[in-house]
Amino acid sequence: MKPAPMQRRSVVRALLKDRGRLLVVAGLGSTAWDCTAAGDSPLTFPLWGAMGNAAMIGLGLALAQPGRRVLVITGDGEMLMGLGSLATIGVQKPRNLSVVVIDNERYGETGMQATHTASGVDLSTTALACGFGAAALVREARALPALRKAIHAGAGPLFAQVKVVAEKLPLVLPPREGGVLKSRFRKALLGKAADLD
Amino acid sequence: MAVSKKKATGPAAVPRADWPLGIHRTLAASQVRLVGYVPDAGHKRLIELCHADRGMQSVVLSTEEEGVGLAAGAWLGGTRAALLMQSSGVGNCINALGMLRECRIPLLMLVTMRGQFGEFNPWQVPMGQATPAVLSAMGVVVHEANSADAVAPAVETAARLAYGSYQAVAVLISQAVIGIKSFQEQRSQ
Repeated sequence: MKPAPMQRRSVVRALLKDRGRLLVVAGLGSTAWDCTAAGDSPLTFPLWGAMGNAAMIGLGLALAQPGRRVLVITGDGEMLMGLGSLATIGVQKPRNLSVVVIDNERYGETGMQATHTASGVDLSTTALACGFGAAALVREARALPALRKAIHAGAGPLFAQVKVVAEKLPLVLPPREGGVLKSRFRKALLGKAADLD
Repeated sequence: MAVSKKKATGPAAVPRADWPLGIHRTLAASQVRLVGYVPDAGHKRLIELCHADRGMQSVVLSTEEEGVGLAAGAWLGGTRAALLMQSSGVGNCINALGMLRECRIPLLMLVTMRGQFGEFNPWQVPMGQATPAVLSAMGVVVHEANSADAVAPAVETAARLAYGSYQAVAVLISQAVIGIKSFQEQRSQ
């Protein structure tokens, strides 16, 4: 029997459940709204621009904070724009970094046009070929608890491409101002030192 | 046991021609812990110095744009980053640079120039000539170093402006400093 198609908001909610000390970078568009719907946090950095750069922001953060787990949650269109970053991450091999692509095979903010993944481009195999230690194509909700566990405790870099249904959902927006998003993140992570460096 | 007679009066003077060593010292003194780069022949020695420095992590990038994200993520995590690239790479960074401005994230960019003095490759000229204007248009402060002597002071002041005043600052290292490539030299490399 074919597994029931997954919905993006419930996938992101499951992955961010009891997130603890997890640092999150949310890619431009729907994945930023998904992370906000799961509960806004100062330790989530939602992107309102810089399309194609989410995974690299995650890498910079992971290298700066080797003692913390870092999760990048982004969309298939955003990841496709920065495919080279999979190679860069695969070479660096940060053990504390996970990249999860919520793959609806669409550019969701611009009219639901098909992305390359709709034509079969396989991001998880690409990540594996680039040197990620583990990469999974996830189609079933029952795989999510194990993925969540790996994000918190597995040996990275970890990649997952999670197939979800293409649906337009009500917007749940995080703060927009970049300076605010940066400062609240640094303050929550670094404490007083954030303002003194 | 041999005892070093060297006085503890700070590092030895940097020879004029070894401007990459001067840059490396400034990066180290500025607590830059992460260096992203796309290789350029003009940055060869600096890249080697950064790789050899155990206090720095050097990350080779697929494209320069990645370095802007790398530096932004590092700053979120409390680490200062710098980027090394050729002038052609500046064009690859344009949209990403908007993030630094919107979020007020400091960055020091060290750009070796092409398409400037005596360039032999016409394809390098458009981006090389546009580099200062492109950076300025994106809110990046531009310092130019037009002689080997000018590199170290330019990088020092740029680093202070970047990390002290939370700015994106680029130092453009002139082709007059780096020397002019020729096809013959390239063949022999």
